[in-house]
Amino acid sequence: MAKIKVATTSLAGCFGCHMSFLDLDERLVTLAEVAEFDRSPITDIEHCGPCDIGLIEGGVCNSENVHVLREFRKNCKILVAVGACAINGGLPAMRNHIALEDCLLEAYRDGIGVENAQIPSDPELPLLLDKVRPIHEVVKVDYFLPGCPPSADVFWSFLTALLEGRQPALPYELVHYD
Amino acid sequence: MKTFLKTILIDADYQPVRLLALLRKVQAQYRHIPAAAIDILAEALQIPRAQIIAVVEFYSFLHLTPQGRYDILISDSITDHMLDKENILGYLSSMLKVDVGEVRADGLVSLNNTSCTGMCDQGPAGLVNGLPLTRLDRPRIDEIAALIEQQRDISDWPAYLFAVEDNLHKAGLLLNAPIEKGAAIQAALDRGLEATLAELDRSGLRGRGGAGFKTAAKWRFCAEESAERHYVVCNADEGEPGTFKDRVLLNMHADQVFEGMTLAAAIIGAKQGFLYLRGEYLHLYDKLQAVLEQRRATGLLGDNILGRGLEFDIEICLGAGAYICGEESALIESLEGKPGIPRNRPPYPVTSGYLNQPTIVNNVETFLAAAKIAVLGGDWFAGFGTEKSAGSKILSICGDCARPGIYEYPFGIAIEQILHDCGATDVLGVQIGGPSGTFISNQEFKRQLAFEDLATGGSFIVFNNSRNVLDIAQNFTHFFAHESCGFCTPCRVGTSLLKKQLDKIIDGHGSAGDVAELESLCQLVKNYSHCGLGQTAANPILTTLQRYPDLYQNRLKNISYEPGFDLDGALEIARRMARRNDAGAHLSQVEE
Amino acid sequence: MTGTIDIDGQSIPFEDGQTIIEAATAAGVYIPHLCHRPGYTPHGSCKLCTVKVNGRNCSACTFPATDGQTVINNSDELEQDRRRITQMLFVEGNHMCPSCEKSGNCQLQGVAYHLNMLDNHYPHFYPRREMDASHPDILIDHNRCIFCNLCVRASKEKDGKNVFGIAGRGINKRLIVNSPSGQLKDSNMSIEDCAAHICPTGAILIKRTGYQVPIGQRIYDQKHISEVALAQENAHGQD
Repeated sequence: MAKIKVATTSLAGCFGCHMSFLDLDERLVTLAEVAEFDRSPITDIEHCGPCDIGLIEGGVCNSENVHVLREFRKNCKILVAVGACAINGGLPAMRNHIALEDCLLEAYRDGIGVENAQIPSDPELPLLLDKVRPIHEVVKVDYFLPGCPPSADVFWSFLTALLEGRQPALPYELVHYD
Repeated sequence: MKTFLKTILIDADYQPVRLLALLRKVQAQYRHIPAAAIDILAEALQIPRAQIIAVVEFYSFLHLTPQGRYDILISDSITDHMLDKENILGYLSSMLKVDVGEVRADGLVSLNNTSCTGMCDQGPAGLVNGLPLTRLDRPRIDEIAALIEQQRDISDWPAYLFAVEDNLHKAGLLLNAPIEKGAAIQAALDRGLEATLAELDRSGLRGRGGAGFKTAAKWRFCAEESAERHYVVCNADEGEPGTFKDRVLLNMHADQVFEGMTLAAAIIGAKQGFLYLRGEYLHLYDKLQAVLEQRRATGLLGDNILGRGLEFDIEICLGAGAYICGEESALIESLEGKPGIPRNRPPYPVTSGYLNQPTIVNNVETFLAAAKIAVLGGDWFAGFGTEKSAGSKILSICGDCARPGIYEYPFGIAIEQILHDCGATDVLGVQIGGPSGTFISNQEFKRQLAFEDLATGGSFIVFNNSRNVLDIAQNFTHFFAHESCGFCTPCRVGTSLLKKQLDKIIDGHGSAGDVAELESLCQLVKNYSHCGLGQTAANPILTTLQRYPDLYQNRLKNISYEPGFDLDGALEIARRMARRNDAGAHLSQVEE
Repeated sequence: MTGTIDIDGQSIPFEDGQTIIEAATAAGVYIPHLCHRPGYTPHGSCKLCTVKVNGRNCSACTFPATDGQTVINNSDELEQDRRRITQMLFVEGNHMCPSCEKSGNCQLQGVAYHLNMLDNHYPHFYPRREMDASHPDILIDHNRCIFCNLCVRASKEKDGKNVFGIAGRGINKRLIVNSPSGQLKDSNMSIEDCAAHICPTGAILIKRTGYQVPIGQRIYDQKHISEVALAQENAHGQD
């Protein structure tokens, strides 16, 4: 039987969800027997090919996030929002009540210790969206794994259900927003 | 300011229940409610400052920041839109050099939208310092702009700018012959109050506000409550867009309405009544006060009515721009000087209403009818209409028809007859009962006006085939989001979510599943909201979705998902600040 | 008047004057709620306690129990709709649980866990709301206010102070403080007030107490809100 293909990425996140994923520890070995990774920080593959499952950590804060998210949506049969930031913007979305102008000016011009003050203008750099958004406001999302981060048990419960052909459902003790 | 406040506080007898009336006076005097006034009022009335701020922020006509010396509001009703309101507003904005929603820098003028002002038969309409402007067009706006720039006092403006016509086109059993002053009270006392209530019961009269509760039953429940005081309230807060019949009834037949209230007072044992007049009808206030004065002078109000020992008087209370106050318990809260937030029920107002005393709240038209029933008897009234809907209904007809205005029909009349009479042709559909009612298509004109078929509080808006059903639903949906009191979660958040979701679809950003999502949101708001506003707020969408599903579906893109916000627009600030406009500085709305 | 009502097939006694939620709580039946608290005037605004009474939706916290009522509290439909109403509360404000001191002790969260809410479903409003850190002992973070009115009622009914009020209309509702500056430090609020401790979310917090219990060991990390609420409300119903 062909292995299940899984891709993962972090948009506006802290990689904490990825770290939590690695907390699967020895269960990763079991997982590796039935699944292989496509694009992911684990593999360094740059672009995502056709996949069964895409795990997205982080919200959408800039134009590059939108492109990556779309690439995942296009290639993954099942797209999963992983963690608080992907689900509601999380901590990065706390900038949403500050005007983007003020954020940029504080970071690049007015902040303490800024030298050579200027707002970067380089086509290589992604532009910031005026608000950080959860991923379900940009693409269709199939499943949500809450938590900051979701525990390894959440990943395990979810992935084993999918692999066994069951409808994933998180029991009470695995539902946390912090 | 202290002197002014002291004067109005003395007038109000330092009663906290008069807070709304006091704030209306402060607003009129200072164009806003200054912080200093809040302090003085809080101390004088012995109420928390926060309570005063809550009232100011609740009512659209009260402001914490100064409005212009000429404060202009333009009616945002669908009927005004159909009369070219957007262009009129734009022209007004350019002539007065003030943006919509703003106060001009010199403080002379402010301009904004407001919910339906009840002039749908003579729009586009508006208000200047609370007084109605009708039939607005470019020449009138030129004149208004000139008067404002010359800083002419509004009392010096030409009267025709403020002319409000009654436009009574068809009188039926109530409007064709008003009763003689005092006749209803006389008849009721002669017959006996219990026997008169029996007549009212026999008449089959049901509440004319739209809900249709049996009037006699309501009065009997209230009468049977033993309490220190009972109250009679006339609900003249007709805020349902497209309705203006109470404006005309109060202008033409105020005596009979007051007589109906007096009759009710005699039956339930009330000594005090209130006419809650919507703020938009300020122009009727002085005239109504004069009618009350005359009734007092002729022994029809006061402590010995008709010399028969009956004691009753009526006070007029003005609203201040809140549709929700048409809901009876919200209206009572407003009468008590509070934000108009509907109460939990039970208890119902008949057991615990104004100041927690038994109170009846009835529509203007209900009192008008009750007075005549007291004179002519229940059988007379029950002889008209249908078995379940006795008597007549007074309609405010507006929109696409040759003769907008007031029409009275016996219940059971077919919609097509009404359309014929008002000169409506090429009709797409009719909104019956206003935004909270039902949109019917031109396949349904054989249906009848009656509680058992199409119930209405009086609003009847005609749309011809040049109109767009989705635009109509959108206008109404925005209206409810604006008027939600915000008390309960499903309405406070749900009406705003409905607005977002409908706008997304209408603006062409909808995709697979967005209509289903809209419908499920509608059901949630309808089934879980606290009061009638929320329970009917989804009707514009639900009734049109049921009849025109394709109109909605056709707006959807054939893709799995599209964002509900403008993605490229979300980069605009960053683009500007980074001085970029390269391809990488843009985003397509959907993946290409 | 006393009698019994039927909740999901269980016969439950009530005493004269009890609401449905009071009868249910006394009998150990949990009905989800946020704006209700025993001993306070019922408010009926959050609508989470909506139950079907003889086929009609009613707020269990305000609707009186009367003999013979058939009440549905647990059904797929109610569960789904209560989840949606909770999601409305989440998108309306700015509820960033990982950054909130109240996380784990928050009733909004507890109810959401109870309803197995995994996402916020609706588009977020991300309103711009302020914090008021002016008071030496108490912090208000308006981002987390759900307009349950409990602090308003607590201050008025228990503390006799009227420190809080709710102003605005519709989606623009806001919690206001009854002081000349509008700031909490200029009110007569004190740390002993009931109002300082009643907030079901993290909108009103006591300063310098946030992390005494680590995340993961807090109330709703350990126990289901149904269990916690029933125990608390039956133990000191008139707190």
